[in-house]
Amino acid sequence: MIPLDINGKRQTVDLPGETPLLWTLRDELGLTGTKFGCGMALCGACTVHVDGQAVRSCITPISAVANKKVVTIEAVGADAVGKALQAAWVDTGVPQCGYCQAGQIMSAAALLKRKPKPSDVEIDEAMSGNICRCGTYTRIRAAIKQAAVQQGGTR
Amino acid sequence: MNAPVDRISSAGSDASLDRPLVVVNLSRRRFLQGMSALGGLVLAVGYPSAARAQAKKYGADGMPNGWVDSPLAFVSIAEDGTVTIVCHRSEMGQGVRTGMPMIVADELEADWKRVRVAQAPGDEKKFGNQDTDGSRSTRHFFEPMRHCGAAARTMLEAAAAERWKVPVSEVEAKNHEVVHRPTGRRAGYGSLAKAAAGQPVPARETLRLKDPKQFRYIGKGQLKLVDGRDIATGKAQYGIDTRLDGMLYAVVARPPVYGGKVASFDPAEALKVPGVQRVVQIEDSPPPAHFNPVGGVAVLARNTWAAMQGRKALKITWDDGPNASYDSSAFKTSLEESARKPGKVVRNDGDFDAAVAKAARRLDAEYYVPHLAHATMEPPAATVRIANGKCEVWGGFQSPQATRDLVAKRLGMSADDVTVHVTLLGGGFGRKSKPDYAIEAAVLSKAVDGKPVKVTWTREDDLHNSYYHTVSVEHLEAGVDAQGKPVAWLHRSVAPTIISTFNPAAKNEAPFELGMGVINVPFAIPNVRIENPEAVAHTRIGWFRSVSNIPHAFAVQSFVAELAAAAGRDPKDFLLEVIGPARQVSPETLGDTWNHGESPERYPVDTGRLRRVVETAARQAGWGRKLPKGHGLGIAGHYSFVSYIAAVVEAAVDDKGQLTIPRVDIAVDCGATVNPDRVRSQMEGACVMGVGAATLGEISFKSGRVEQDNFHAYEVTRMSGAPREIRVHIIPGDYSKPMGGVGEPGVPPIPPALCNAIFAATGKRIRRLPIRDQLKV
Repeated sequence: MIPLDINGKRQTVDLPGETPLLWTLRDELGLTGTKFGCGMALCGACTVHVDGQAVRSCITPISAVANKKVVTIEAVGADAVGKALQAAWVDTGVPQCGYCQAGQIMSAAALLKRKPKPSDVEIDEAMSGNICRCGTYTRIRAAIKQAAVQQGGTR
Repeated sequence: MNAPVDRISSAGSDASLDRPLVVVNLSRRRFLQGMSALGGLVLAVGYPSAARAQAKKYGADGMPNGWVDSPLAFVSIAEDGTVTIVCHRSEMGQGVRTGMPMIVADELEADWKRVRVAQAPGDEKKFGNQDTDGSRSTRHFFEPMRHCGAAARTMLEAAAAERWKVPVSEVEAKNHEVVHRPTGRRAGYGSLAKAAAGQPVPARETLRLKDPKQFRYIGKGQLKLVDGRDIATGKAQYGIDTRLDGMLYAVVARPPVYGGKVASFDPAEALKVPGVQRVVQIEDSPPPAHFNPVGGVAVLARNTWAAMQGRKALKITWDDGPNASYDSSAFKTSLEESARKPGKVVRNDGDFDAAVAKAARRLDAEYYVPHLAHATMEPPAATVRIANGKCEVWGGFQSPQATRDLVAKRLGMSADDVTVHVTLLGGGFGRKSKPDYAIEAAVLSKAVDGKPVKVTWTREDDLHNSYYHTVSVEHLEAGVDAQGKPVAWLHRSVAPTIISTFNPAAKNEAPFELGMGVINVPFAIPNVRIENPEAVAHTRIGWFRSVSNIPHAFAVQSFVAELAAAAGRDPKDFLLEVIGPARQVSPETLGDTWNHGESPERYPVDTGRLRRVVETAARQAGWGRKLPKGHGLGIAGHYSFVSYIAAVVEAAVDDKGQLTIPRVDIAVDCGATVNPDRVRSQMEGACVMGVGAATLGEISFKSGRVEQDNFHAYEVTRMSGAPREIRVHIIPGDYSKPMGGVGEPGVPPIPPALCNAIFAATGKRIRRLPIRDQLKV
């Protein structure tokens, strides 16, 4: 039994410790907002926060996150940065198919928490692990900047 | 209903005639129907005879099950005033779940804040054609959706007039209520809903459609996406997110070579993996592929991860079959050899040979575009449950009715007993027009007594067993006059055809492939010969966003720029000169019997519109502006999906050969627009996909197997490689004129415009995609 803290909810799961957090979230706990895209930390669709850091849940075994604070797209809007990003995403019309956007927002939230006023280069660095096959990158950048401004992080 | 005449049944008996086959108005589904009627040997083909031409149907009329414009199918109003509008097309990022209902809501005078959108299940008899492909949702359903809204509005007005006992001419629906003009009396839509439902549906001819000046949503672009909030908060449901009680999670080990099959397998080790419950063989389907699963061995488990571990533990011996030697490098050589020899002539204007013999100079070039995989971010995934003689399917499908029909066929059920629930698609790009993954889930559910089974493809599965974009060599030759202007043009296009996926004997490009920018090039060149030598397919070839336009536009627009360079001319001015003066060209005179399924009269090739987008993109991009060292501008203009798009790319290549793209300007003339913001977003996305195809994308085969496993090897554009800025310039349209497509036509001009920009920046000409490290110094 592995103790998990997902979006502030403590629970235990009866799974092999090497089971990736991604599939635990999606298949066992019903949190399907976190997406599968590659299984090799190449696309970022599965990004969640573990103790505030953006991690790829597809290669993160649950044994490694026991008792750590995991936040997913379903709860990232509970804080001001996540909420501002979600609002900016809607307002800027970022999504096309939308499948990768949970991961994009999670990466962006981790970025803005670390760097409230990111430069273009910093945005590129933080976001280039997240693939969007629909090609929404220019709007993702615009939405991150809009959320940063809204959070007082103008530059 | 509405059986289109061009789903010709007599082709079998005509097959001996030595005349070009015409696959008319091809849709993914029509294809199948044509096939099944003919025992899977012959396509839905016809011959351009006068009698058939007369009966030929175009646009939505020509699609299976046509169109429906009844408000009874699409609109319902609750007593609290909530208006529910059905979207019958699949949402894959093009914004159709916002756009289609907007059209209805506008004509209905509904307040968008009180509109809900419901997704139609696969049911074409009720909703009309649902094949979400070919960039045609808006152009085929703009009018029917307007009719739905106007009819519902008329019924509400009639109900109010009846209640108030006043002439209907005195009442008017406005913003979710009906007003009696003389008295100012008002009634909300909710209060009228029940009475309105009892009104007769007005005849189509009697409907009063809005003057476009009165549109409140159409063409404005102010509405947010219907699913935007759900997407941003993780609530949006894609096929892969389906969860049912008692559901098993499956992954499938599929033959690594097209046409291969399981020789033997041992499930023992797989069954020992914790969480694994069953191992089930899926019967192989020998080529032609159709939309059938390729077979293999499935592992069913309590979660996807356990199924994946179980699959790793399977011991399978494959029989690779006849395609085991498919090798992309050798195949490229064979395509080049074919392209250098005469092939089937598919268009012949004037006398190329005579003209080129007299020409001042002769130029030639060859271009290569490899296989591509769609790599939708959501890999194929589907869930099926069978209970009490009924089957339910959940997933993201571009062709919900074909999914329904094929699942029913595979299960030996009536399609009436199969319900296909269409979720959001995490990307489509043509991949999800083929419901092989739904059939897999159906086979597996049946194998476990109807229990719900979800099949999830991994990225490796997606890249290894896709329906790939074709691979092609385009060979071009031109004879130019003393000023460098082309007087003779030869284009040999060699590529395995999509038809091969349905008929392995097919070796020539079909009319719908030739009609994607090789045969229907409307240049002002008197001597034109287009040839199509044969090519044999060794894998599943399928539709990929903008399809054959990608290699054709890459070759044609690169070659024009090469001719311009040879003539020492400005590429933009030269391109305009080659397009020639503004005129309307019948696609038929270009040998294009397909014309994207649209009427040649309503949709002629309009070189004036092509010129205009080229001029607009150039002007907006500041063509001729002074650029930093290492930067260059390139231009390309292309007609596809009955829209006209031109792009100017600014490329920057540093002293190490590193490419960046500071800016792209795209001019689009797709006629009038419903949701201009989504037109922009489709152009932005198409631009990025075009950049990805040009710079990175390549699927290659060795020993019959795809060499790329995941995104480290099949690279797609990331933020760092995407254009920094994409400016979209929409040419204003007229709602009384036919609309064009939007989802696909933005892709084709991008690779040639980029390569032309690289030439301007560096003097290096790219003829083989992807560019990858070709610029490295």
